[in-house]
Amino acid sequence: MLSRTADSLFWMGRYTERAANLARGLAVTGRMASLSAALGQEGAEWRSLLVASGGEQGFLERHPAITPEAVIDWLLHDRSNPSSILSCFEAARRNARAVRTALTVDMWGALNDTWNRLRSLAPGETEGEALPAFLEWVRERVLLFNGAAQDTMLRGEPWLFVQLGTALERADNTARLLDVRHGWLAGGATAEYAQWQAVLASLSATRSYQWVYRDRLDPRRIAELVILRPELPRSLVACFGRVKELLEAIATQHGGRRGECHRMAGAMHAELAYGRLEDILAGGLHEFLTRIIRRTAELGEEIERFYIRPGAG
Amino acid sequence: MERAFDEMHDGERARRTYAAIAEWLAQTPVEQLRRKSQEAELLFRRLGITFAVYGEGGDPERLIPFDIIPRLISAAEWRALAAGLEQRVRALNAFLRDVYTEQRILKAGVIPRQLVIGNAAYQPLMAGFVPPGGIYIHISGIDLVRTGPDAFFVLEDNCRTPSGVSYMLENREAMLRLFPRLCARHRLARIDRYPEHLLAMLKSVAPGRAGPDPTVVLLTPGSYNSAYYEHCFLADEMGIEVVEGADLFVDDQDVVYMRTTQGPKRVDVIYRRIDDDFLDPEVFRPDSLVGVPGLMRAYKAGNVTLANAPGAGIADDKAIYPYVPEMVRFYLGEEAKLPNVPTYLCEREADRAEVLARLDQLVVKLAKGSGGYGMMIGPHADAATRAEFARRIQERPADYIAQPTLALSTVPTLTEEGIAPRHVDLRPFVLFGRDGVTIVPGGLTRVALRKGSLIVNSSQGGGTKDTWVLEEPPGGAAEAAAC
Repeated sequence: MLSRTADSLFWMGRYTERAANLARGLAVTGRMASLSAALGQEGAEWRSLLVASGGEQGFLERHPAITPEAVIDWLLHDRSNPSSILSCFEAARRNARAVRTALTVDMWGALNDTWNRLRSLAPGETEGEALPAFLEWVRERVLLFNGAAQDTMLRGEPWLFVQLGTALERADNTARLLDVRHGWLAGGATAEYAQWQAVLASLSATRSYQWVYRDRLDPRRIAELVILRPELPRSLVACFGRVKELLEAIATQHGGRRGECHRMAGAMHAELAYGRLEDILAGGLHEFLTRIIRRTAELGEEIERFYIRPGAG
Repeated sequence: MERAFDEMHDGERARRTYAAIAEWLAQTPVEQLRRKSQEAELLFRRLGITFAVYGEGGDPERLIPFDIIPRLISAAEWRALAAGLEQRVRALNAFLRDVYTEQRILKAGVIPRQLVIGNAAYQPLMAGFVPPGGIYIHISGIDLVRTGPDAFFVLEDNCRTPSGVSYMLENREAMLRLFPRLCARHRLARIDRYPEHLLAMLKSVAPGRAGPDPTVVLLTPGSYNSAYYEHCFLADEMGIEVVEGADLFVDDQDVVYMRTTQGPKRVDVIYRRIDDDFLDPEVFRPDSLVGVPGLMRAYKAGNVTLANAPGAGIADDKAIYPYVPEMVRFYLGEEAKLPNVPTYLCEREADRAEVLARLDQLVVKLAKGSGGYGMMIGPHADAATRAEFARRIQERPADYIAQPTLALSTVPTLTEEGIAPRHVDLRPFVLFGRDGVTIVPGGLTRVALRKGSLIVNSSQGGGTKDTWVLEEPPGGAAEAAAC
């Protein structure tokens, strides 16, 4: 497959996943802000989300203060934010358009229809009372896209690269969404049931928690579930397991050709698969997540160096 | 301008070819046709069948309007057209081989030397080089217009990178989906094997060393090109890669490779949809970002085939066009089966005087123009526009040609005012490989949607129709008449 095609498929997978996770994060934060407005803490909620999305600096260059409206606008439609939901879909569609031949009609239709709708949105459709329904719609569109890929895409190299992008982005996003509320999980802060619920909701894992533990929410169990339990498809260990599996499948198609990205993915997966929660918490949850986010970025660079821009020329 | 030939009606009666269409139109309420038309638009929009127009504001991704009433051509009409098209493309190809090697036609004084050698479309780099099979024009689109029952003319040859074939194929798919019963009532000549023919043709012209299964790619300028959808569509149908310049590189052995996830892969044939000027920054425009440095080295070393050949544009130049019937005579010893439209070259003094005197009757075109830009239709232009064109022609006579304003034939079309006649042309696509010439029956019918307009270009508000070439039943024409 052309390196450029792999590039586009990989980033199409990443951007669609990023948009959906941003929608999850926004929905949960919006809900939490409504609940905590009475306590005068809604500003903190939005700041955390902004930090987790990695765009705090860019935001502050354009906005004097963190207000809910400004943060929502920044994360939803601001084209100067490369990770806003609108920018994500624009980039995903641009990548998809560049590799139309590698996509199925259903996948293209799911993305293209989403983009056509997004760019014709009236201001009122994403504001105030309409926001939760809009975010739900974004999530559904990505589910539709992923379902179209799952159901219609030939299981060849293009499939593996889309999935690789999705899995790597999901690993990053899980770490970030977890980091938004790390203080509530590390055990040091006051127990806050709503915050625990928020962690699970932002990973679409509320019902999963109940199925696994069949008990009331507990911060250590939540941390265990979303970091170390392979059954949860958005847990860190599951995401890195998937990344490793996909890189291995690509290597197999290429007659066993492997590089640094394969070693890194294996090492990261092993660390999580055989890691212990006590050790992670002892070293500090925030520190652990920061390291995961950094290494995920490095892994992404290695994947690009090996498959997409070999020798950068 | 005389009255336009109505392809469907002969007076009040429908012509035989159109009998079933006339019946269908008479029985179907216009509202129902409009619903079908909207359905078609949704279909095209959903599949992303768009062409891009940048720099004019508005949505850059536009749909070419599709008219749901098909344009029909009888088997006998098509046979005559196909023979004329094959003859013309063979002559144009022979002309290219000649002007880049022996130049017999110039030595014989049939075509003025300066018109060829001094032409910007003449590619000196091609001199002395003969591509595999001696084929230069692998894919051409020959624009035909009709003015009477048996009167077809060639308006223009497109020997560089003609586009539109994807619309031909998608229009048929749309018709089969929207009107399966109407299609079934006709014996439609099939066009769906075009991509298969195209791939076979491209493989047939691979360099000798490529082996039995050469690697073919389609080179596109990228997703901002107006025909990008078509590039992807064709590559997809053929199962080949769409590559951009940066995906290819030429090594120090003058071999072309594409960059893949498994490392470099050798490329044998490039169906290029990039203009000559941008192909290789080493020898053409150095600022080209869409080309491949060293590509011409590899080409002339015989390591890769380019389709169409660089320099093929001299064959479709508007100043060369008037000489095509001469070419047919010179190379094939035959009379042209498809006539040209009489053409004045403003560069020639006598022609220029005639053009300036009859500006209100003629169509004036840029000799280098395409897409319907920079042209004037005399009878439709106001006095100021005519004066402006007279000034331009006197200033730069070599840039302009003129032709009589033809009464292009009309076909019924669904318009805002109901079903009404609109002018059409036809672009059949001709494939030329080592195994000979292949033409899928029909081509792309373009229709000028504005009332009275003669400009069919999609960039100027033109639309398209599905083109149905009817096959004769196994028993021949007599039996068809009996049923």
